[in-house]
Amino acid sequence: MTQLHITTRINGDTVEFLCEAEETLLDVLRDRLGLTGAKEGCGTGDCGACTVTVDGRIACSCLMLGAEAEGREIGTIEGMATTEALHPLQQKFLEHAALQCGICTPGFLVAAKALLETNPEPTEREVRYWLAGNLCRCTGYDKIVRAVMAAADDMRRV
Amino acid sequence: MRYEAPRRTEDAVALLAGEAGKAQVLAGGTDLLVRLRTGFIEPDLIVDLKRIPAMKAIAAEDGGWRIGAAVSGIELGEHDGVRRDWPGVVEALELIGSTQIQSRATLAGNLCNASPAADSVPAMYAAGATVRIVGPSGSRDLPVEEVPTGPGKTALARDEVVESIFLPARSGRSADAYLRFIPRTEMDIAVVGAGVSLALDGSGTCTAARVALGAVAPTVILVPEAAELLVGSRVDDATLADLAAACSAAARPIDDKRGTTAYRTRVAGVLARRAAAIARDRALEKA
Repeated sequence: MTQLHITTRINGDTVEFLCEAEETLLDVLRDRLGLTGAKEGCGTGDCGACTVTVDGRIACSCLMLGAEAEGREIGTIEGMATTEALHPLQQKFLEHAALQCGICTPGFLVAAKALLETNPEPTEREVRYWLAGNLCRCTGYDKIVRAVMAAADDMRRV
Repeated sequence: MRYEAPRRTEDAVALLAGEAGKAQVLAGGTDLLVRLRTGFIEPDLIVDLKRIPAMKAIAAEDGGWRIGAAVSGIELGEHDGVRRDWPGVVEALELIGSTQIQSRATLAGNLCNASPAADSVPAMYAAGATVRIVGPSGSRDLPVEEVPTGPGKTALARDEVVESIFLPARSGRSADAYLRFIPRTEMDIAVVGAGVSLALDGSGTCTAARVALGAVAPTVILVPEAAELLVGSRVDDATLADLAAACSAAARPIDDKRGTTAYRTRVAGVLARRAAAIARDRALEKA
């Protein structure tokens, strides 16, 4: 089987990879590019642990073929912190203990960042609906919602 | 398996027509990728529609809107013109899945997946949408209610694709609405869905209506006898009670884990009544 040669941008860098037609973007990120931040939870688009951005919008990378990334702008959790500092959302997740096992955390952070970029002052209800596609079996969600609200508050002050 | 992302609809059709094995069309992929990964389907070819400009466009046409087959829920929801003219269709598509799913899910994919519980499909039936289907010998337009033929089955031939869905022009005082019942507020499959579209004259009397139900039959169904009750009425409480009875009578649901036959039959009437009242109020606001 001839592999497909794909050129895309991931976290601002041009990236080329070879993949099989049936490989998902999640498989490519984790197994070919070593970007293991996105997690496979359900593999059916229900849990959001594999959330990435595609041209600025969040998507489940398990529900997208690697080949579909051609020419797109992909964002993953690996692009969130700088070498100097955590993103305010990451900092607030730590301060609010908004994680336990951590499997869901990259997906929540990528999704929450996209929310605050489109809506810098969300209500709690808007946060809960936006994050309805991210499942967490540890925290009960309250700490996550509070961390996102606190990060939004911080980011508006800057 | 091969993956192709053609730039023109006719190239997509040629790929489908030329494939000796099994071919699948990919729009948003929110159903297809699940079936692919679970091994439920093993296609030899996947034809991705998202690189075809006509399939990603929302265009004004004859006073209505032509919506490309690969337009996502978020893109449709961001379109002020479609949202103004067809709020029920937009709210129905937006009910499907999470924010992540909304960046991918499409009206055409929801239609061609042919689930009886598809949320956007009753809204499109109520809207009187027309589906443009392209095949090797050219294009044809089908009323949306002629596309699904059974659970997971459509009227499309193996070398045909949906290129766009057309929502017709609206008169001044007209509106639509879609409601679904699920046991929670988000992220679930309809127990029952109901779509209603209606037009009112200057006095508030209904001049035209379409009523559709989801998840109560092998396909989404139109309920013309319910629509006939609305026409000529002022969509008052007595008329709405009759409409609810007509919708419950038209429902032929199954028992499954989401609801019993008796429950779905009753809820079909309740939801249709509420959706009709919302459509009426939206139409009155346009006066």
